[in-house]
Amino acid sequence: MCFTAIHQAVRLVPVELIPLGEGREFEVNGRIVSVFRARNGAVYATQAECPHRKGPLADGIMGGSEIVCPFHGRRFDLATGKAISHDECGLETFPVRVDGDGVIVVTV
Amino acid sequence: MSKQELIVIGNGMAGARAVEEILLRGGNEKFAITMYGDEPYGNYNRILLSNVLNGTQDASEIYLNPLEWYSANDITLKAGRRIVSIDRAAHTIRAFDGSVQRYDKLIVATGSRPFVPPMAGIDGPDGSHKPGVFVFRTIDDCRKIAGYAAKCRRAVVLGGGLLGLEAARGLLQYGVEIHVVHLGPYLMENQLDSTSAAMLRKTMEQMGVHIHLSKATTTILGDESVTGVSFKDGETLPCDMVVISCGIRPNAEIGREAAMTVERAIVVDDHMMSVDDPDVYVVGECAQHRGKVYGLVAPLWDQARVLAEHITGTNPNAAYTGSKLATKLKVMGVELASMGISEPVDENDEVVQFADAKRGIYKKLIIRNDQLVGAILLGDTAKAAHLIQTFDKGSALPEDRASLIFDIGAAPVGATMIEMPDATQICNCNGVSKGQIRACVEGGKRSLKSVMDATRAGSGCGSCKLLVTEIVEWACDGHAEEDPSVHFYVPGIPMTKPELVDVITTKGLKSVSAVFGELVGGIEDAGSKMGLSSLLKTIWGAEYEDERDARYINDRVHANIQKDRTFSVIPRIFGGVTTAEDLRKIADVADKYSVPMIKITGGQRIDLLGIRKEDLPGVWSDLGMPSGHAYAKAFRTCKTCVGTDFCRYGLGDSTALGIKIETRFQGLETPGKIKMATAGCPRNCSEALCKDVGAVAIEGGRWELYVGGAAGSHIRKGDHLCTVDSHEEVLQISGRFLQYYRENAKYLERTYGFVERVGIQEVRDVVVNDTDGVAAKLDAAMQSSVDAFVDPWLERDAPHTVNQFRSTLPVIQSSTVEVR
Repeated sequence: MCFTAIHQAVRLVPVELIPLGEGREFEVNGRIVSVFRARNGAVYATQAECPHRKGPLADGIMGGSEIVCPFHGRRFDLATGKAISHDECGLETFPVRVDGDGVIVVTV
Repeated sequence: MSKQELIVIGNGMAGARAVEEILLRGGNEKFAITMYGDEPYGNYNRILLSNVLNGTQDASEIYLNPLEWYSANDITLKAGRRIVSIDRAAHTIRAFDGSVQRYDKLIVATGSRPFVPPMAGIDGPDGSHKPGVFVFRTIDDCRKIAGYAAKCRRAVVLGGGLLGLEAARGLLQYGVEIHVVHLGPYLMENQLDSTSAAMLRKTMEQMGVHIHLSKATTTILGDESVTGVSFKDGETLPCDMVVISCGIRPNAEIGREAAMTVERAIVVDDHMMSVDDPDVYVVGECAQHRGKVYGLVAPLWDQARVLAEHITGTNPNAAYTGSKLATKLKVMGVELASMGISEPVDENDEVVQFADAKRGIYKKLIIRNDQLVGAILLGDTAKAAHLIQTFDKGSALPEDRASLIFDIGAAPVGATMIEMPDATQICNCNGVSKGQIRACVEGGKRSLKSVMDATRAGSGCGSCKLLVTEIVEWACDGHAEEDPSVHFYVPGIPMTKPELVDVITTKGLKSVSAVFGELVGGIEDAGSKMGLSSLLKTIWGAEYEDERDARYINDRVHANIQKDRTFSVIPRIFGGVTTAEDLRKIADVADKYSVPMIKITGGQRIDLLGIRKEDLPGVWSDLGMPSGHAYAKAFRTCKTCVGTDFCRYGLGDSTALGIKIETRFQGLETPGKIKMATAGCPRNCSEALCKDVGAVAIEGGRWELYVGGAAGSHIRKGDHLCTVDSHEEVLQISGRFLQYYRENAKYLERTYGFVERVGIQEVRDVVVNDTDGVAAKLDAAMQSSVDAFVDPWLERDAPHTVNQFRSTLPVIQSSTVEVR
């Protein structure tokens, strides 16, 4: 089976504008997406708010592909969106990459 | 690969536990398991037999593993099939019916049987026990005793030990007059001392049980059936039945016949393996380890675990090193906990004792070299779990011994663990109840750490952690396991703080990513970053390579994040003394940024709440005041009272001292936050007695220094460290204490925990008396940290990272459409 879907790929900012190991928020087509830049070069994009109490995940602490929400320490895997520490529902994730010009491209 | 044959002789608590532990370690993959039991039942909890006898529990309720458990785990159960011999050369066992089965590995868990002391008249003409004579060991024994007791007027229980009293309790139900006859001078001499035994005796007599001490029974009277007993002293006691519970004897004959080394029981090594045969393991009451045979249940759990780890190969080095005996039980409805020795051995043993005969409460501790070596708690066992843990681990004891046996200053638990309802909320931060904690333990989490990770209990403000510890201990029958990671400085690196400090300094690791790269193969752990950055800053000072992603958001933007994502801004107001000019600036800022709330804090500062992250640099710039650090694990504030300037009672200049303290220590990073106070007289208006460090002026121009106080989620009066003569000495000694705390405390460990853990005497020796000769080094380290201070709010003009104060970045290009 095969189907076609339309995604919008948006060029955000040069990756250096996000400090190493941190995340920042972007408004993309009316929704807020958080993009994270791991120390090993990987980038991740997820919904911006923690499903628990709406903590700003971009202000959390990263460890590999894990993020810890700054509000109450909920942990999530940024790659899969899965909740690690609690039975919280997971995060919505978005395809994201760094293009040849070093610009972050997220597909929402 | 075909499975090996594993045979277990004995289907009691030891055999079944060993098999459970083996299954936990994937033993089903490796072994085809057969269990043989004498009794025609699945295995049951022998400890509860007296409940069956007195009718509070049905026999069916005390089964540990129902018959379905055996089939569900592919275990062949041969109940009612006594094994009579082992042929170790042929690797076979033989049952009483002549059937033979081959084994690859064998576990002997034959347990023990009641010891029947030599007495005339026990047996009837047919060689079996005379009608009316019973032992108390099995479900069948319970049934026979219950059936016979119904038609008796008076029963004699031989043996005033634990088992005998359990039997007596069981018999109370049947309306018979009960006499306990004991050879020793007081009851339960293995667990009690004479004082507590006398109190227990009184309680039992009030319940209608007659106690006869120092009585040697020589004959059981009666031709057809029991009519009485007679004693060595010539007296007799008429009765209709006799229950013998004079201790147990290991069932070790099977080992002796198989030419295994048997002393009091079958001798095993530290793997619970027979010293004669690597294919035979022995566990439980039939095993003798390092000269000891254990008849309590807790050692058996440890033995079963070691055996399982070894036999399955999951941990070939698993070793059982013996158990310290501790037990908590109910005797005749009286709560009792007992551990270690019951009497001091010599005058060097310290005894702490409390007796309240009227309420039947007795508590006694025996302490040797500051370690608990014995304890008895009778009538009130609320502190038992904690004491058993302390005893088991050999932990250092608090100086205030009374806190070991009473809850002093702590929130009243109100009930013992057993009485506490399951619904009681224990962790108020995360809403975790006692029942949830218990269920978690019953679900297999047997360490404090694993329970905390699973339930989150105790991981909020931490004030309930002691209670959580006690519940976990209680739910594990006082034998909670310790997760080695509790000693790690941070969870992601398996090292204690001293080990970590050592490797960081020798390898010259100056950044958090360098630590991860060098020590754990570059695997970052989010939960370890903050602790590491705190430690690295303390070790390297100005040389520390500051990676901002290792910091919590508050420390990245130097303000405290609030529930609506705005921040709180608290400028430094040294010693809580401000000026009209500063107040005007604060008011202007509040107007300019439409600050929704201005709040006076508990630490005598002014808090501007509701500031957007993007506005922080502007707010700081307009204020023109340094950071108050009310967001960091750092020195926070020094609260002061008016002191000598205006106060009629002031003895010392507390405001000037407070300003000096705050000027010197501002921004100093510490394992947990530091709140200080200075008080101009002992009235303590600034609450210096419950601060991390407090200075109190006393008559004569002197200052008393207190450390380790707290008045947050935990309340503690500080310990008096020393008394000094000048402001300068207050600064020096408190600085030295702070540096000692920085170097030795665990991450997030507040001074109240640190001072209690280390002990005030030790702190005083190092910090005041300089017995370790490190005072100069501590002073120098503190001076270099003080010199390295830079106001973080200056980053308003020179951000440390790009977009440091921006949450949302503008997108450079509008969207393109991509079809997949």
